[in-house]
Amino acid sequence: MNFDDTPQEAAFRAEARAWIAANAPKQYEDELAKASLGRLVLTGASVLDVAKAWQKKKADAGWACLHWPKEYGGRGSSPIERVIWQQEEGAFGKLSRMFIIGHGMCGPTMMAYASEEHKRNYLPPLASGEKVWCQLFSEPAGGSDVAGLRTRAERDGDDWVINGQKIWTSGAHYSDYGILITRTDPTVPKHKGLTMFFLDMKSPGVEIKPIKQANGQSEFNEVYFTNVRIPDSQRLGAVGDGWNVSLTTLMNERMSIGASVATGFPELFDYCNDLVIDGAPAIDDRAVRAKLANWAVKASGLKYTAFRSISALSRGERPGPENSIGKLVAGSMIQEVATYALDLQGAAGVVSDPAQAEVAGKFQAMLLRSPATRVEGGTDEILRNIIAERVLGLPGDIRVDKDVPFNKIPTKGRG
Amino acid sequence: MNFEFSDDQKQLRDQARRFLAEKCPPKAVRAVLEGSAGYDKALWSGLAEMGFLGVAIPEEFGGTGAGHLELCVIAEEMGRALAPVPFSSTVYLAAEALMLAGSDAQKQKWLPKIASGDAIGTLALFEGPGNPSPQAIKVAAANGVLNGVKKPVADGAIADFAIVAARNGSGGRETDIALYLVDLKAGGVEAKTLTNLDPSRNQAELTFKDCKAEPLGATNEGWSILSRVLDRAAVLMAFEQVGGADRALEMGRDYALDRIAFGRQIGSFQAIKHILADMYVAATLARSNCYYGAWALSTNAGELPEAAATARISATQAFQHCSKQNIQVHGGMGFTWEFDCHLYYRRSNALALSLGSLSYWEDQLIERMRKKNAA
Repeated sequence: MNFDDTPQEAAFRAEARAWIAANAPKQYEDELAKASLGRLVLTGASVLDVAKAWQKKKADAGWACLHWPKEYGGRGSSPIERVIWQQEEGAFGKLSRMFIIGHGMCGPTMMAYASEEHKRNYLPPLASGEKVWCQLFSEPAGGSDVAGLRTRAERDGDDWVINGQKIWTSGAHYSDYGILITRTDPTVPKHKGLTMFFLDMKSPGVEIKPIKQANGQSEFNEVYFTNVRIPDSQRLGAVGDGWNVSLTTLMNERMSIGASVATGFPELFDYCNDLVIDGAPAIDDRAVRAKLANWAVKASGLKYTAFRSISALSRGERPGPENSIGKLVAGSMIQEVATYALDLQGAAGVVSDPAQAEVAGKFQAMLLRSPATRVEGGTDEILRNIIAERVLGLPGDIRVDKDVPFNKIPTKGRG
Repeated sequence: MNFEFSDDQKQLRDQARRFLAEKCPPKAVRAVLEGSAGYDKALWSGLAEMGFLGVAIPEEFGGTGAGHLELCVIAEEMGRALAPVPFSSTVYLAAEALMLAGSDAQKQKWLPKIASGDAIGTLALFEGPGNPSPQAIKVAAANGVLNGVKKPVADGAIADFAIVAARNGSGGRETDIALYLVDLKAGGVEAKTLTNLDPSRNQAELTFKDCKAEPLGATNEGWSILSRVLDRAAVLMAFEQVGGADRALEMGRDYALDRIAFGRQIGSFQAIKHILADMYVAATLARSNCYYGAWALSTNAGELPEAAATARISATQAFQHCSKQNIQVHGGMGFTWEFDCHLYYRRSNALALSLGSLSYWEDQLIERMRKKNAA
């Protein structure tokens, strides 16, 4: 048992470290390091521009989408090299947030289902960040129940005509392309009538409206489709096989091992080291210590759980199911941490103006953003179902709509 | 990175699991729980024959000298099986204290007997309510004898020798505390079994009256030795707790698959699934923290104090949580004497209180993190 790199891993790490030291946008390192959930601000620059520039620089030198094949803009690296890169990229990795969906979900789906020509055309600019992709899955009527989606695709000659609405689409407002799941046959049970496409987000009939979130920011959008035409050549997978295609996408979402999940603990620990309560450091208070210790062991548990998965990758094996706990643990933890940090501030905790609030309003922003963490990319409840069913082997839920034609499923709860 | 046990260590785990499945089924645990022997003597001899008692004891002192990672995997299996034997007292505490601070003669006298199953050892630290602190130690050492009362002492009534923390000066400072080695069969000490939460393990009160004792380590370093022994034992105990947590999770899972209510397996209800998923989360976090502790223990890393406290807290929480929720999944049957759920519930709560309770380790963890941060 050790934390050492193999000689090959060490060589790769040294090369990555040297290249990052020579090329990363150092002027933003401090602000990126301090960025926490709900707050990423770069003085005098737009995050989007800085992120795109860094991604392009990485791509030009062969450091983008490391695990992708070279012909599609990647490096052909092993999974463990990808993890090492993430460790070395450190705070600069936060600039990759806007590419996570494209690189983590859309790219792998294209790789599995698009034609060779499409792959060679679309994947390299996706890898380099010149083109940004989004994922159009959730709908007002289908959140956790993704297969309940209602956006229609109807065949018309060589095209498909799309009508409907998507919601919670991250980054649709700056995306160039998207992958879109639609209903092509409402007369069969819901999982069987779906079909996947990719499309140009500038297509006529696509309308994007930002959602004003509960915390006042706008990271997500509603996307409306009115008679949008998509050529059949942009279909991903067979007609009616969209559900299986979407599973490829979602499986890749959960493969982001090594990308550390935000828990808020390091921020809280630092804060309690500096904070003075009744003339004594907060960290010397036994009640504070009890709280901190409980979160410390969770943060540590997540870190070493990831290390176990990384060890499996290093041996060339598939990681076990242990990594599935990450977001479930971190999501509720960051919300509790933020709540407690404000509790320590007493009445002053209510002030959220970064110019006035404690530690520039970091915990206030965290508190207001944290409810979304427990919902996005699978709610806490869906994640518990996944652990129970796929890890512990418990039976699936009884699904009353399983064998019912989609257009016969009730749509209203009352009345 | 290789943050995983080796194939040999996994084989040892399988070997221990098979051995315990055969020699330590729940009925063996119940025999001690409901009897008066204090431990399972046949199992203890069997563990010695397998070499499990001396796995971390060097060959020159009668052990197999395999090491502490090997001891971790065995500890986990002992926890899974709720082994009703004085393994933690003898191996994690007494043997570790001897190896850390014993003279050559002391090691020669006791370590081979531990490895062969001929001597049970323990640590006598607590004196009534409270967590480890130099001020709480009142048992006095003077002129080579001890006077005072220790309770509870895990496995105290079945032990052959004890490492006793005693006050060697008057001030209650760390440097006033010394450790002493006491042959419990040589007179001067009276042992009384205490009825306790988990009767599958012995707890006792030891009364020392002019009891002969020899120092273990320097007499002004007792507290520092003790702290290091507790850190090492905390990692090993954490493995035992994780083993118990995993087994309690499996019991809950199995019951949820077998039990039918409302015309379906109760494991198909989300209310039950989510309980079990949260048990898995707790057990997984604890296991990962234990691996970190195992690494620190086996390499004598500077991180050991922090890693030990982390593993201890996490594993205590996980075992308590899983044993408690296992009963909840079982419903009324989980509260019967006949079902094994209460055996795990009892053990988890007893282990949570040994070596210092949660609040002690929480305080220790943050103190250690604060010091590291300041450095």
